[in-house]
Amino acid sequence: MTEFVCIACPIGCMLTVELKGEGEVSVTGNRCPKGAVYGRDEMISPTRVVTAVVRTDSQAFPYIPVRTDKPLPRALITDLIGDLTRLLVRLPAKRGSVLIEDYRGSGVNVMLTRTLPPEGVSRE
Amino acid sequence: MLEKTYDAVVIGGGAAGMAAALAVREGGHSVAIVDREAYFGGILMQCIHNGFGIHEFGEDLTGPEFAERFISRVLGAGIDIYLDTTVMDITGDEASHVVTACGKDYGVLRLECRAVVLAMGCRERNRGNVAIAGTRPAGVFTAGLAQRLMNLEGYLPGRRVVVIGSGDIGLIMARRLTLVGAQVLAVVEILPYPSGLARNISQCLKDFSIPLYLSHVVSKITGKDRVDGVEVTPLVEGNPDYTKSFRLSCDTVLLSVGLIPENELSRKAGVPLNDDTGGPRIDANLMSASPGIFACGNVLHVHDLVDYAAEEARRCGEAVGRFLSGVSAKQFPLTAGANVRSVVPNFYAPDRENVLYIRSFIVKNDAILSLQIGGSEIKKRKLAHIQPSEMIRLRLQPADFPALRDGRDNLMEVAIR
Ligand SMILES: Cc1cc2nc3c(=O)[nH]c(=O)nc-3n(C[C@H](O)[C@H](O)[C@H](O)COP(=O)(O)OP(=O)(O)OC[C@H]3O[C@@H](n4cnc5c(N)ncnc54)[C@H](O)[C@@H]3O)c2cc1C
Ligand code: SF4
Repeated sequence: MTEFVCIACPIGCMLTVELKGEGEVSVTGNRCPKGAVYGRDEMISPTRVVTAVVRTDSQAFPYIPVRTDKPLPRALITDLIGDLTRLLVRLPAKRGSVLIEDYRGSGVNVMLTRTLPPEGVSRE
Repeated sequence: MLEKTYDAVVIGGGAAGMAAALAVREGGHSVAIVDREAYFGGILMQCIHNGFGIHEFGEDLTGPEFAERFISRVLGAGIDIYLDTTVMDITGDEASHVVTACGKDYGVLRLECRAVVLAMGCRERNRGNVAIAGTRPAGVFTAGLAQRLMNLEGYLPGRRVVVIGSGDIGLIMARRLTLVGAQVLAVVEILPYPSGLARNISQCLKDFSIPLYLSHVVSKITGKDRVDGVEVTPLVEGNPDYTKSFRLSCDTVLLSVGLIPENELSRKAGVPLNDDTGGPRIDANLMSASPGIFACGNVLHVHDLVDYAAEEARRCGEAVGRFLSGVSAKQFPLTAGANVRSVVPNFYAPDRENVLYIRSFIVKNDAILSLQIGGSEIKKRKLAHIQPSEMIRLRLQPADFPALRDGRDNLMEVAIR
């Protein structure tokens, strides 16, 4: 039996998760169905959304933020952070563009979360 | 000097400023936004982690993603924009305010308007606000400054880090630093419970086995030119027990000890402030005691969630529209009662929808929030868990109010028991 704080929303329910043999898991303490899914995944194969910044070729905006489009298996996080330090994004670049497709066969993509240079200039 | 006239001028282009300006514009009034940065979005642009937008968009977004949804709407709304432009002064009188700014594109600007919206955000408490003994070496940063350095400019503030305070920004930065290879030795919190969200304790500290010392203080910072360590002391019955102090050697200290609304400009303009929140005192229309000057977002009171800041700002923009159109409603005073640290706004309008933002003084399970007018309870709500770091939001509809007689003060008190 293990206790986890559900991180699927800011309420943060305390989940009690029990492994009942071959792939069977019971979750209690969740206030909504998302918590049951989180508790199960956290027990069997924990995942996290990863966010980071990647270098650009611009002086004014030297880094651009990125995220995984889905939670990534925790075991791959350190590798991904390392791989991201070796990339360079050429500006202009648009939010939502995919930087890495299907990272190491995980089915998870890495995408840009900001448009740079930023949209919007002074106008009277 | 460029001189322009608008119905309303919004100072600050963060989430609050953008949401307020959009609502003013949708009401059919002319509006301009002024921001000292070269881009919109304010503090959100350095908050690259996810967790934003769950209420506003029903999605789990990062700070820049949340901001860009508003930015594209602002750009398409016919709002005048002054970026890289800092507001220096708000002058004038009730009938006509003058916002004086200075910027890259137009030099000195004089913007005349009938309404001003303050949306300047907040700043972080620094070492001066939380007296810590010791030397004054380099390597002490506020958590938000460290966030800016890492996420916008790409500098790593240090390799061995101690975080003082368990606010969300400090927790998020503990994870961020660990992921890029720095070592976070401890998060030290003076209170017996963490001030950040449970999910951040879990995903930022537990995931990386970062120790959290509750009821502990950093009693000394040492180092000559650069920080070389801190002394950590447990509190025993509220007092530091120096016989149990221990040392952690580190090169960097991050302070995550709270935020203060940024009201230099407001103060200079003579806008009366509320001691409980550090922001302007406002009425049920989010208007300050200086007629025509409104406030929303973190400049008004510190929000934990950008979703609520944006919602408040939208309501502020709608109220600006009513003010410009000369619509008014009767209102009565609202005050913080037992166990309540602050309540915003400071007035309520019984004929309209009201949204109250309340901070408690106490930590409690199964608490009751109670609203009373003239000693009788008009509404109560059960709360499973409250603590000072989590804002309580309460919506009140006209049907919630009893018939109130004019001529009385009809003071409403918000209390927790
Ligand atoms: C460091 C930090 C981390 C946070 N992390 C989270 C989080 O993880 N999740 C969450 O939901 N919320 C978080 N919040 C809270 C949330 O982001 C804020 O409540 C919200 O973004 C505040 O918006 P705002 O528009 O009031 O202020 P800001 O975004 O701070 O905008 C204020 C704007 O005013 C401008 N300005 C100030 N003074 C002047 C002047 N004199 N002239 C011209 N322009 C001026 C500034 O440049 C800035 O752009 C965080 C807040 C901070 C401070
Ligand atoms: S179980 Fe549901 S309500 Fe509880 S924290 Fe998880 S997502 Fe939120």
